[in-house]
Amino acid sequence: MARAVSTKQKLVYTVIGWTVGLLIFFPILWTILTSFKTEGEAIASPPSFVLFDWTLENYAEVQVRSDYFKHVMNSIIISFGSTFIGLLIAIPAAWAMAFSPTKRTKDILMWMLSTKMLPPVGVLVPIYLIYRDGGLLDTQIGLIIVLTMINLPIIVWMLFTYFKDIPSDILEAARMDGASLRKEIIHVLIPMAIPGIASTLLLNVILAWNEAFWTLNLTAADAAPLTAFIASYSSPEGLFWAKLSAASTLAIAPILVLGWFSQKQLVRGLTFGAVK
Amino acid sequence: MTLRPVLLGVCTALLLGSSAYAQTKLTIATVNNGDMIRMQKLTDDFTSKNPGVTLDWVTMEENVLRQKVTTDIATKGGQYDIMTIGTYEVPIWAKQDWLVPLDNLGDNYDVDDLLPAIRGGLSLDGKLYAAPFYGESSMVMYRKDLFEKAGLEMPDAPTWDFIGEAARKITDKDNEVYGVCLRGKAGWGENMAFLTAMSNSFGARWFDDKWQPQFNSDEWKATLTTYIDLMNDAGPPGASSNGFNENLALFQSGKCGMWIDATVAASFVTNPKDSTVADQVGFALAPDNGLGKRGNWLWAWSLAIPAGSQKQEAAEKFIAWATSKTYAELVASKEGWANVPPGTRKSLYDNPKYQEAASFAKMTLESINAADPNNPTVDPVPYVGVQFVAIPEFQGIGTAVGQQFSAALAGNVTPEQALQNAQQLTEREMTKGGYIK
Repeated sequence: MARAVSTKQKLVYTVIGWTVGLLIFFPILWTILTSFKTEGEAIASPPSFVLFDWTLENYAEVQVRSDYFKHVMNSIIISFGSTFIGLLIAIPAAWAMAFSPTKRTKDILMWMLSTKMLPPVGVLVPIYLIYRDGGLLDTQIGLIIVLTMINLPIIVWMLFTYFKDIPSDILEAARMDGASLRKEIIHVLIPMAIPGIASTLLLNVILAWNEAFWTLNLTAADAAPLTAFIASYSSPEGLFWAKLSAASTLAIAPILVLGWFSQKQLVRGLTFGAVK
Repeated sequence: MTLRPVLLGVCTALLLGSSAYAQTKLTIATVNNGDMIRMQKLTDDFTSKNPGVTLDWVTMEENVLRQKVTTDIATKGGQYDIMTIGTYEVPIWAKQDWLVPLDNLGDNYDVDDLLPAIRGGLSLDGKLYAAPFYGESSMVMYRKDLFEKAGLEMPDAPTWDFIGEAARKITDKDNEVYGVCLRGKAGWGENMAFLTAMSNSFGARWFDDKWQPQFNSDEWKATLTTYIDLMNDAGPPGASSNGFNENLALFQSGKCGMWIDATVAASFVTNPKDSTVADQVGFALAPDNGLGKRGNWLWAWSLAIPAGSQKQEAAEKFIAWATSKTYAELVASKEGWANVPPGTRKSLYDNPKYQEAASFAKMTLESINAADPNNPTVDPVPYVGVQFVAIPEFQGIGTAVGQQFSAALAGNVTPEQALQNAQQLTEREMTKGGYIK
């Protein structure tokens, strides 16, 4: 039976919810506000919140200095490409682990996760050499491969968790009706796990979008995504906060919009199976 | 009949392909400072004179750039045809044969016009391995109004004693005015750039001629205690986390009486758009202790060609263009003499138009001339570099020592303890590196 919640409690929860939400959102808001300030105002102490001379000069400067759309396209291709390929590999893998586990399944899952524990810089030189010899440096396909590899353990783990909550009897019934393995996965398993797959997809797109080690080190001019675009706006000698904020706002805008429109799926997917 | 359009298409594609092939594309990795950004905007001048060459820019923040180009050159990745590197990298990389010597810069280049200190820092065995794009040293920037109020007069070449006395006299902590702002943030290019240069003027050195670390010397003790006492008495609060940008913000908002840092800061603090004290700034040479060495550093962002580049001829043409006298004139004609990249050529400082436009020109030149990367200390040393030691291990060691000194400034360890720790860790790393047998 649902617990009755008094108006006072509701008010308290709402205030707490909004406070936490605003606190989390504040750095993003501050970045957006700073992007409309001059460099002098951006470092002024005490800072002004909204009462400053709003200017678009930082955005104009960023447009002149960098090819924003080229970087956006690279980011989109790399993050979606790596996530789709990751899903193609991970769905059958997670199916096998969830519905046909062996006594080594848990070990394999742990081993996959352990690859995430290695600091990436430890394998930078070997991967750089392989990419150099394979002609993959500064190519979109090179980045798709490396990001697929990096995010694969997370994709497999997430899908495995979702698949585990699907009763295997349903898949068995499909098999009894003569469904092949391919049909069983495509027509029975995937439709039932759509919220989980959608949130896995979104989370991994965000992870790939924000990945800033490999995307910086394996690219030069052609395949550089938005992380490289941002990296060109900070500076150890000189004022850069306003320009960096403008570049950051432009870089997070697409993913912020995507996250806003898909927040229902994201929340539903992330809490999927959390409450038994 | 239907073959004709197909054939036409194939021919067009081949023609387009061959014309694309005839183009030489240079990929240039560069740092994102103002002078480099300006160069990117002016490259039409180069491409119109060299129609077969196109330019692809990879502009990065200094630390990201360093990581990327070091990985690429060490693995012979060949991603870049021209790299922007500093005086730290050039001697190390040239020794490894990673760079192409620049001996075809053209008849009009006038290599003898380069400032000797800068040229020396970019050469190995008399050969130039990188062409300087802009050079900088460090100097004292001070507030003329605060000095006048305190009844002080800044000499052109102050001593550390004078700086200490003046800083303490100017300090008015109640009104948030601090006598001196210095770097405290840990890092080989942050506090250690300042402290290494300062230690040179105290007669200290990183290593003796047998590569033995010298942090247990009296000279280093005098350097560190002078620095920490000065900062405790006359520095801003939280100085152990202040780097260039933090001190720039403090100085521009009128909270520092003096700031000893890169000469490039002169154009920022005198710019009325960002600085509240723009019309009150004076300049002086970095301080000394009467030992023949001043506490100023030397740095030059320079253009070099990695040995892995397949387009060395075109790359050298570009470097000759970007670091020539003609380029200085091009910048002057488009953006004024004050915006010409400083610190590389004698002819620029002889130019009356430049002297008139840049009030800090004389002090910048004298500061650069006062630094000698091949002979940086009072006693002889086996290394090159004024504010660094040009060995591959230095980035790691310098930052670790910088952390010790930053902790001492924050009061977490005593200066003696910090020096002892620095001595131990440097000895360990140098033994590991094979320098100490």
